[in-house]
Amino acid sequence: MNQLNTYLYIAAILFSIGIFGVMTRRNGIAVLMGVELILNAANINFIAFSKYGGMNFDGHVFALFIIVLAAAEAAVALAIVINIYNNLNTINVDEASAIKQ
Amino acid sequence: MSEFVFLVVTSVTIISALGVVLSNQLIYSAISLLFTLFGIAGLYVFLWADFMTGIQLLVYVGGILTLIIFGIMLTNKISSARLSQTNMQQGIGSVVSLWLLIVLSLVISKTNWYSVSSSEPVSTVDKIGTLLMTKHLLAFEGISLLLLGALIGAAILARKEI
Repeated sequence: MNQLNTYLYIAAILFSIGIFGVMTRRNGIAVLMGVELILNAANINFIAFSKYGGMNFDGHVFALFIIVLAAAEAAVALAIVINIYNNLNTINVDEASAIKQ
Repeated sequence: MSEFVFLVVTSVTIISALGVVLSNQLIYSAISLLFTLFGIAGLYVFLWADFMTGIQLLVYVGGILTLIIFGIMLTNKISSARLSQTNMQQGIGSVVSLWLLIVLSLVISKTNWYSVSSSEPVSTVDKIGTLLMTKHLLAFEGISLLLLGALIGAAILARKEI
């Protein structure tokens, strides 16, 4: 039960759910939540390989960097989403297709 | 007992991840994301990563999720609450994600993974700190610059007038 394969399957399921969310959501913030699911799936893989590869801590450091990148990405993406909302009065990503109004 | 807790954590993670992508109201998605992130922190406990558990709770639950909820509340209109949240790509989206899941599962089950057993470390914090200050020092400095750039960029982008 508690083996490497179990964690890899969980990460694969989370990754697929995240891809589904990114592809089917209209709302920009919901797309962002799908991206967070994908990044978390990658993190689970890194830490699982770190444990079953003989407790090698490089995987932990890599997962730490991914979390930092996710924080930066969320901050910039939400600033962009709020700008889109101010300009177009919607955050539907299908309608925000022009660079300039 | 440990198996039972693992099963509970896993099912909470996956069911609330489904809630994130399937729920109709955006704020329910955010609450589901909270439970998903808690479940992933629980998986980190099973993977002996105590420092990563703390960082996951502090940064994801305390930081990113709060940002997302702020974003939802700043951009939500009461009149649009009943609008459909999904676009026309539901069919192709489910096909693509199911295909990805099947391919990944085949790869995982067919591969003979290298796996060695090791003993549980007392604490992971000192090892991670040593690695950050020696082997990964350049990446550490680079990511601090990137965080500074993202901070300034987000502040400039979110101002009222540019």
